[in-house]
Amino acid sequence: MSALDAIAPPPSPTAEPTGEAGLGPWAAAWRRLRRNPSGIVGAVVVGLFVLVAVLAPLLAPYQPATGEWFGEVTPTAVPGPSADHVLGLDSFGSDLLTQLLYGARSSLVIGVVSTAVGLAVGAVLGILAGGLGGWVDTLVMRIVDILLSIPSLLLAVSVAAVLGRGQWSIMLAISAAQVPIFARLLRASLLAQRGQDYVVALRSLGLRQRRIVVGHMLPNSLGPVLVQATLVLATAVIEVAALSFLGLGAADPAVAEWGRMLVTAQDRLEQAPQLALYPGLAIAVTALGFTLLGEALREALDPRSDR
Amino acid sequence: MSPSLLEVEDLRVTFSRRGQPSTTAVDGVSFSVDAGEVVGLVGESGCGKSVTSLAVMGLLPSRGTTVTGSVRFDGTDLLTMAPGQLASRRGKDLAMVFQDPMTSLNPVLTLGRQLTEVLRAHTDLDRAARKAEALDLLGRVGIPDPRRRLGEYPHQLSGGMRQRVLIAIALACSPRLIIADEPTTALDVTIQAQVLDLLTTLVRESGTAMVLITHDLGVVAGTCDRVNVLYAGRVVESASRHDLFARPRHRYTSGLLAAVPRVDAPEGSPLQPVPGSVRDRLEWDAGCAFLPRCGRGDDACRTGGIPLAPTATDLALSPGNPDHEARCVHPAGATT
Repeated sequence: MSALDAIAPPPSPTAEPTGEAGLGPWAAAWRRLRRNPSGIVGAVVVGLFVLVAVLAPLLAPYQPATGEWFGEVTPTAVPGPSADHVLGLDSFGSDLLTQLLYGARSSLVIGVVSTAVGLAVGAVLGILAGGLGGWVDTLVMRIVDILLSIPSLLLAVSVAAVLGRGQWSIMLAISAAQVPIFARLLRASLLAQRGQDYVVALRSLGLRQRRIVVGHMLPNSLGPVLVQATLVLATAVIEVAALSFLGLGAADPAVAEWGRMLVTAQDRLEQAPQLALYPGLAIAVTALGFTLLGEALREALDPRSDR
Repeated sequence: MSPSLLEVEDLRVTFSRRGQPSTTAVDGVSFSVDAGEVVGLVGESGCGKSVTSLAVMGLLPSRGTTVTGSVRFDGTDLLTMAPGQLASRRGKDLAMVFQDPMTSLNPVLTLGRQLTEVLRAHTDLDRAARKAEALDLLGRVGIPDPRRRLGEYPHQLSGGMRQRVLIAIALACSPRLIIADEPTTALDVTIQAQVLDLLTTLVRESGTAMVLITHDLGVVAGTCDRVNVLYAGRVVESASRHDLFARPRHRYTSGLLAAVPRVDAPEGSPLQPVPGSVRDRLEWDAGCAFLPRCGRGDDACRTGGIPLAPTATDLALSPGNPDHEARCVHPAGATT
């Protein structure tokens, strides 16, 4: 062809081997997700958890936190499984199964709401920092750094301590701990894209910065954010339990909350280990489910993880 | 003569970083493009081609970059324009086709979204009209079954198809000037010719002017009206395509042309590369930057400020046509 061809890089291959030619990126990710066994396990666990939480009033045999059968609980013994109470009673005389089912509900609500709030606030901060850059970036990231320098549980405890006990302060406390995670994730992702060819190409078309960031760069960051949100939900479920274990949850000790159930179970660990076993298992399995799902999502959304 | 559509004058781009000596990538480039004209900007890697195009479009990062000189588009200086004002002209009056179609499209959005985006930014068309326009554009750049392609993602297309889409996007608002930065370099050789044909046909049809940036003299030979040869950040020769290939004046240009492998050369005859590399250069202020690689240079080449001017030979050949300029003390083909 010509003299200068010798200096030019060789032409790059034009087609990449995908085998998923007919699919969009989300459809392809969905297909990879379905082929991942641990992803399926995670999805099933998460699905069950959500189902139980939503349908708790229908599934549970009794009302929660009634203390209806308090008379049957003695200082030395808590009634175990019986025909009326499949898992027995708790130490306040409520049906243990009912408490567990409703516990899922409060974990889900607090976990989802706090993650949603943490994600929303973190996303706004991250977009401001990564999208605008300059002094906005510096300011936002210093605030985030300060938030991040406080251990998340300690941060949550202090928020709860300031706001007083109750579900709302737990939610706020957990989301406060999540804000820096999402802010940094989004900022990093936006910064990484800033110099990319397609962004320069969009600028060459005269698109406004805001439009480029929100309409083009943000969709490119959704994958990692989705993964992180799933993983953070696992942490949130544990943190809900931890905070209510530390006594920062609802003031009523008999309320159906897994962490709270663990606390009260401590006193009777020798006579009635099942009181600690079931809520503990519920917390562990749920957190595991979210983690498995999150990891599977990460693999599914990252094209490089193709095996 | 009426002023040209694009007039670049004494454009200089300097990159500086704290603690490091600054680099001048573009060192006083001047050229002009008339309406509907296709002008080539040729040179090897590192001679400042791409930086020139980015500077014209105002796409260089503001930090650590100093741009001086003037870029007049239709009479107004783009370099002194407010960023917002410049943005509203980009995509509408001037557009760009980039080198690498694999990375210049957003991987997670459908082609339809990306095509309609520029229409959304610069026209009053409603959603349906934008979609119809996008379909029409895809048809014009020769993409089969455009209706289906609108809903597809970039990775589902080959490189050539993607470059066609990028061309469609650049042409969407019927700009008056297109800057094509190595539009075919990343493509397979077989596709290169097709895409180049398409691009030139489309700009000729619509009367759009084009700056074609390339390292490939073959590309220039087939498409450009005028050619500017860049070396070390400066234009060293400017001529009509015919003159450039028939009578190269600057020693760099003649070296490049001599280096083109020829089918009709005797078998076994060696290729004639231009010796050395761009890094063996003189500062323009100290003389001709090409001197260290030039076989013909002498001490006369060691004075700064060699002008880009018609050579004595060309003035003698056609006195009324001072269109062929070279920045050379000892131009090739001179009678003396």
